[in-house]
Amino acid sequence: MSEKLTRERLDALRAQLTAANAKEAKDGKQYLLVCGGTACDSNGGMALYAALRKAAEYAGANVSIVRTGCMGFCERGPIVKVLPSDTFYVDVKPEDAAAIVNEHIVGGQVVTRLLYDKSQAEAGHEGRDIDFYAKQHRIVLRHCGLIDPEKIEDYIAHDGYVGLEKALFEMTPEGIIQEILDSGLRGRGGAGFPTGKKWQFSAAVEADQKYIVCNADEGDPGAYMDRSTLEGDPHAILEAMMIAGRATGATKGFIYIRAEYPLAIKRLQIAIDQARELGLLGCDDILGSGFTFDIELRFGAGAFVCGEETALLASIEGKRGQPTPRPPFPAVKGLWGKPTVINNVETLANVAIIIQKGAKWFSSIGTATSKGTKVFALTGKVKNSGLIEVPMGITLREIIFDIGGGIPNGRKFKAAQTGGPSGGMIPPEYLDMPIDYESLAKIGSIMGSGGLIVMDDTDCIVDVAKFYLEFTVDESCGKCMPCRIGGRALLNTLTRISEGNGEPEDIQKMRDICDAMNRASLCGLGQTASNPVQAMLRYFMDEVMTHITERRCPAGKCKKLVRYRINPDRCVGCTLCARVCPVGAIVGKVREKHAIDQQKCVKCGQCYNTCKLHAIEIA
Amino acid sequence: MGQDKKTLTPELRAFIAEWKPKPGNLIMVLHRIQQTYGYMPREIILELADLLETPLAKIYGVITFYNFFKLKQPGRNLIQVCLGTACYLKGGDDIMKALEQELGVGVNTVTPDGEFSTEAVRCLGCCGLAPVIVINGEVFGKVTKAALPGILDKFRRK
Repeated sequence: MSEKLTRERLDALRAQLTAANAKEAKDGKQYLLVCGGTACDSNGGMALYAALRKAAEYAGANVSIVRTGCMGFCERGPIVKVLPSDTFYVDVKPEDAAAIVNEHIVGGQVVTRLLYDKSQAEAGHEGRDIDFYAKQHRIVLRHCGLIDPEKIEDYIAHDGYVGLEKALFEMTPEGIIQEILDSGLRGRGGAGFPTGKKWQFSAAVEADQKYIVCNADEGDPGAYMDRSTLEGDPHAILEAMMIAGRATGATKGFIYIRAEYPLAIKRLQIAIDQARELGLLGCDDILGSGFTFDIELRFGAGAFVCGEETALLASIEGKRGQPTPRPPFPAVKGLWGKPTVINNVETLANVAIIIQKGAKWFSSIGTATSKGTKVFALTGKVKNSGLIEVPMGITLREIIFDIGGGIPNGRKFKAAQTGGPSGGMIPPEYLDMPIDYESLAKIGSIMGSGGLIVMDDTDCIVDVAKFYLEFTVDESCGKCMPCRIGGRALLNTLTRISEGNGEPEDIQKMRDICDAMNRASLCGLGQTASNPVQAMLRYFMDEVMTHITERRCPAGKCKKLVRYRINPDRCVGCTLCARVCPVGAIVGKVREKHAIDQQKCVKCGQCYNTCKLHAIEIA
Repeated sequence: MGQDKKTLTPELRAFIAEWKPKPGNLIMVLHRIQQTYGYMPREIILELADLLETPLAKIYGVITFYNFFKLKQPGRNLIQVCLGTACYLKGGDDIMKALEQELGVGVNTVTPDGEFSTEAVRCLGCCGLAPVIVINGEVFGKVTKAALPGILDKFRRK
C-alpha cells in the first residue's frame, strides 16, 4: 500500500476493512483484547500476550489476539477482554492463558475464577456491568482498549480520519473553527481556555509559517491520562493536529513528549511513519486536497515548568525551558517567532470526533460551561484505581465511591486533590458538588490535567502540602522571584510546622506569601504553586493548629510529632508488635499487656502497621 | 569499561550531522548521547560543542536545567524509585529509605562496587501499582520493604 491515498481510496479502504470485520463477526470470530498499557505491560502483560498467542496457535482457535491501549482498570491488571461476549477478566497471569483459550474460546465456558466479580458469572458477566465502567463515558478514550494502536488499518476501520476528510473537503477553515467554538471544547491541560478561540487567534495572524504543537509533557506526579491516550490511540492526535493545521493555516506540527514515556514515543513514531506511507502526512497533497502537513516528535527532559506554553516552546527550540511574559501569546508569536497553537493531548483527542459528529452532539454532554468529558487518573487511597473518563458535571462522590469503589481498609475519606501540585485539596463537604472548571475554581482547586488523588484519614494534610511544595520548589525554573523565593519560604514554614516548631504567626505569614506568589509570579507554575497551602489553610485549619499548638500530628504522618502508645483495653499480648520492633522498644510477656518505651522508640510505625487489633494508637 | 577516554561513535557523529541543520536540535542530540553512554561524559560534550558550533556554557546550561540529563555515571544497575503522589501516599519514601539502608549509600550515589545507584523519579505512570520501583527498565509494583532484598538479588552479579 505504498501508493498515496486519495479521498476515494481512503473511503474504499475503510469500507473494505469494515466489511471484513463484519464478515468475521458473522463467522463467529472471537477477539481477545489484551491491555498493553504501561501498568499492565509491566505487570506481566507482555508475557501474557505471548502465552495467549501460543495457546491459541496450539489449540488452533478461531480467535484474533490484539494488544490494545490502556483499558483503565490498572488496579486489577493485566486485563483481558473477550469480544463479542464482552467478558472481562482481571488479574490474568500468563499461566491463565491456556484456560482462557481452551475453556472460553474453544469450549465456550467462561473462566469464572478470573472474573472481576465472581458472583456475576450467573448474572451475565459483562464488562459493562462492572461498577468501574458503569458511570464512565468514553470519548477521548474511545479507541483505547479496543484497537491495536500500532495498526493504522484498525484506526481507519473505526472511523479514523473521517474527521480529517470532512475538514479538508466539506468545511472551510472558518467553519472548522466555528464548529470547535460551538462545541464548547476547552483546554484540558488545566486552565480551560476555549480551544476554538486559540485557533481563531492564530488563524487571524498573517505569517509565512505557522505551527501546531501538541503538549504531551505530562509532568503532574500521579497523572498519566495523556500517556495512555497516546499509547492507545496515537492516530487520533495526528488527525486532530492536521485538522488544527487546516483551520489555522499551519503546515508543521510538533509533539513535545516526555522522554520518560518510551512506549508512547514508539507508538507515536509508528503512527507517524504509517500515516506518511499512506500519504496522510508529510506530503504536499494530502488525500488530493492540496493541503500539506507534517509532524515531528520532540522530547522533553524532565522539567515540570515545560508544561507552561512559553517554556515548552523554549524547550522545543533547544533552550532551557524558562517561560517568558505573555503577551505576546504563542498563538500570535510562538515557536521561532511564528504563530503557534499549543493544545494538550486530551484536548486534541476530542477534535476529530467533534468534527465527525458535530458540535451539537458534543455540547449535549457536560454542564452549561464545561462541555464533554474529562479523563482522570484516579489514584491514591481508593479501591479501584485506574484511568477513567467521566462526563463533566459528575460529582466527586460518584467518582470516588461508585467508580473507585470507595476507600480501602475501612478507612475514612479525608480529601481529594485535583490538579496535582497546582490544585487544592477538596474536603468531604464538597463531595456532592458537580465537577466543572468553574466550581473547582470556586473552591480553590483547579481542573488540572486530570490527576485525582484520594487521601484517607491516615494522610496528613500538612505533610501532603509539604510534598507538593517540595515538588514545585524543585521544579521552579528560578527565573522570577515570587516563585523561587516564595516557594522556598513556604516549604521552610511547612517543614517547621511538621517538626513541631510552628508558631501561630506562621499562618498569616503563609497567607501573605501565597498571595504574593499567586499575584506576582511570571507563569502558571508559580501562580498556582501555593494552591495546596491555601486549601490547607482554608479547609484544614484545625489540623494545622493541632500541629502548631499541641505539637501533635493527628494522622500520625509527621514522624517527629508522633507518639505511639498501646491501648491496654485492646492489647491481648500476642507479641507481634514486640517482634517487629527494630529497636526492642516494646516490652511485655505473652498474653500480658505490652508497653512502648518512649525513650527507645524511633517512631518507625512498624508496630502500628502490624497490630491486627488496632491496639497501637497514635497519641 | 568507563576508564578509557570516550570519543563520539560514528553513529553519533552521523546523528549529529543529520540534526545539525535543524533548529532546536540540542536537546534531541543530548538525548541520543545519554542513551548511548548512560550519562553525559565531559569529553563527549566538548566534542559536541565543536560539532554543533555551540558554546559549551549553553550546552551545560541546558543539561543542568533538565532532570533527565545526568552528569555522573550511574551504577551498573539503575534503581528508580517513584515518588509521584500516588506512590508517596502509599509509602514510596519508606521504600526509598529502606533501599538506602539496604545498599548502604544515599540517593544519587553509586555503591562502592559500582553495582547499584538509586534515583528518585516523579511518576512513572503506573499509579495503580503504587508504590513502584524500576530497575534497568523492569517495573516492580506494590513493592514492600520485605520484598526489596529479594528483588535486588536478582540483579546482583552472581
